[in-house]
Amino acid sequence: MHKKGIPLVHLQKGKKGKIIYIHGGRHGGSNFGHHGHYGFRNRLNVLGIREGQIVKVDSKQPFMGPITISVGNCQMTLGRGMAHKIIVEEI
Amino acid sequence: MIKKIVLMGNPNVGKSVVFSRLTGAKVISSNYPGTTIDFSKGKMRLDEEQVEIIDAPGTYSLESSNKAEKVAVKMANDADVIVNVIDATNLERNLYLTLELLEGDKPVIIALNLWDEAKHIGINIDEKKLEKILGVPVVPTVALTGEGIKTLVSRIKEAKSPKKIKPTVEEGRWIEIGSIIKKVEKVEHRHHTLRDRINDLTIRPSTGIPIALGIIFISFWIVIFIGENLSLLISEVFERGYKPILLGFGEIIGDGHIYNILISQDYGEIVFSESLGILSTGLYLPLAVVLPYIIAFYFMLSILEDSGYLPRLATLVDNVFHKLGMHGYGIIPMFLGLGCNVPGALATRALETRKQRFIAITLLAIAIPCMAQMAMIFGILGPYGIYYIGIVFLSLIILYVTIGFILNKFIKGTSPEIFLEIPPYRLPSLRTTGKKTWMRIKWFLKEAIPFMIIGVAVINILYTAGLLQELARLLQPVMEGLFGLPGEASTAMITGFFRKDLAVGMLLSLDVNAYQLVIAATMLTIYFPCVAAFIVMIKELGVKDMLKSAAIMLSTAAIVGAVLKIILIGV
Repeated sequence: MHKKGIPLVHLQKGKKGKIIYIHGGRHGGSNFGHHGHYGFRNRLNVLGIREGQIVKVDSKQPFMGPITISVGNCQMTLGRGMAHKIIVEEI
Repeated sequence: MIKKIVLMGNPNVGKSVVFSRLTGAKVISSNYPGTTIDFSKGKMRLDEEQVEIIDAPGTYSLESSNKAEKVAVKMANDADVIVNVIDATNLERNLYLTLELLEGDKPVIIALNLWDEAKHIGINIDEKKLEKILGVPVVPTVALTGEGIKTLVSRIKEAKSPKKIKPTVEEGRWIEIGSIIKKVEKVEHRHHTLRDRINDLTIRPSTGIPIALGIIFISFWIVIFIGENLSLLISEVFERGYKPILLGFGEIIGDGHIYNILISQDYGEIVFSESLGILSTGLYLPLAVVLPYIIAFYFMLSILEDSGYLPRLATLVDNVFHKLGMHGYGIIPMFLGLGCNVPGALATRALETRKQRFIAITLLAIAIPCMAQMAMIFGILGPYGIYYIGIVFLSLIILYVTIGFILNKFIKGTSPEIFLEIPPYRLPSLRTTGKKTWMRIKWFLKEAIPFMIIGVAVINILYTAGLLQELARLLQPVMEGLFGLPGEASTAMITGFFRKDLAVGMLLSLDVNAYQLVIAATMLTIYFPCVAAFIVMIKELGVKDMLKSAAIMLSTAAIVGAVLKIILIGV
């Protein structure tokens, strides 16, 4: 049974998903100004948010505001654009 | 021979608290990145020797992703021993840095901090087994209470570089960590705790926003309550204890310029808030009027920081701040700026791009009065009623939003999205909160009193020389025609460059009504930062951007002054 991945941003509040892919590799992610050389994926990885981990959507702020997620004991807030780059499989 | 010990660890693991336990030195520790970029250094005794100890900025990895982390890596390279502080509640993530450190050749010892909290939430770690696997000492600690710190110190000399961990790439490290975790950590099933409930309620928009408004309201109420009462108390000391001494001293000096500069413009009479003597007003304003509010403000701010509430607030306000060209983190410089614009400006470093920092600093300078200035605004407008204070603050809020919105449209550059770790709620310890409040108060006294004395002296000398009166006469048409203020108000504007609180205080001696006070106080907030903040802002933005920013400030002040005059006084 292989379900197709969806961007984390489409996961509903309170739902969990398994991370299957994170876009924005080591040398990509110009989204971060002077952090540009250090990709989005790495920034998440060092926080323990990686492929295979279970992520839960804790809250979504209205009007395209940021979403708050938790992975293990780590909780964080990130923008919706970033949440688009995290591909999950709902569980 | 151990000469230099460096503390390394992820952000929010209580590293600074471990540091202050080890040194007993005065350090600032907080939940958010802004304050730990400036590292702390101290001394500790180790086997009768003085050893240097350094608190490196928090970092997740040695492959540094920002300036603060690069500093941390450099510090690690200079260390004789690395104390790796790790968060027992987040072992997996923390071990990544640990493995990187162990791949190097520096001796390492591990402080397994937040040990009590880990147990509390059902995480059991076999520290002996972990020690065996990693090959370096592992000491459980609870830095907040000091538990385990003695053991940590006694085992520092056992720190070693066992070379048991083979250098590898990222993927390999995570696999290794996975296998370590399996061997040493047992997680019991946990029920939702009260803390989880509070966390949920404060981050969900429907409940979080009312709670945020409530917390901000209560915080300010507490600040004003403590501030007012402390101020009354200290004023009493000045009136009863200090005034007779100063009057006696005045008699010894006798009337003349020296008396005017040191004590008062009018011989034999001292009104602490207006006399403009270095020994009267110069000490009274910072100590009796401003300091009480500073104490109260920093006490509340430290509690909000140490509890971990601010990142949640940043999440809730992200939306609004994004429209102003920043992201939710922008609330932190704003909050700090309400204490003093200097730390506020420094905290803008945590914003990623030039555009964000430019907007944050410009808005800070225009619309965020510091506590010192607010204390004076309460002081001069309070007697007329809350309505007048309301006009000032409403104008500033409107400005913050409109100017932010406009700058976001016109300033080139990007505004990246928020990316912020939310640390768990922690009960602030009285010890850390008290220490931090005390550090900040000391800093205020050191910064404020010299500028206050210089400000009072310069104004006093210019006044004695008759230059201020001349300037007031020259500016009379502008001040009166455009802003409805007497020419002498220009004197306050000049003073405001030294100390805004002193400048607001000078308005008292003018013959003006409440509406004129509102206009002058609002303009004083907007037109320019005080010299201390100005210097820091130049450093943060560079001269060119600061000139742009200053042009925005001055023109905004002129427009707002003119508009308020038309609304409040008429054409």
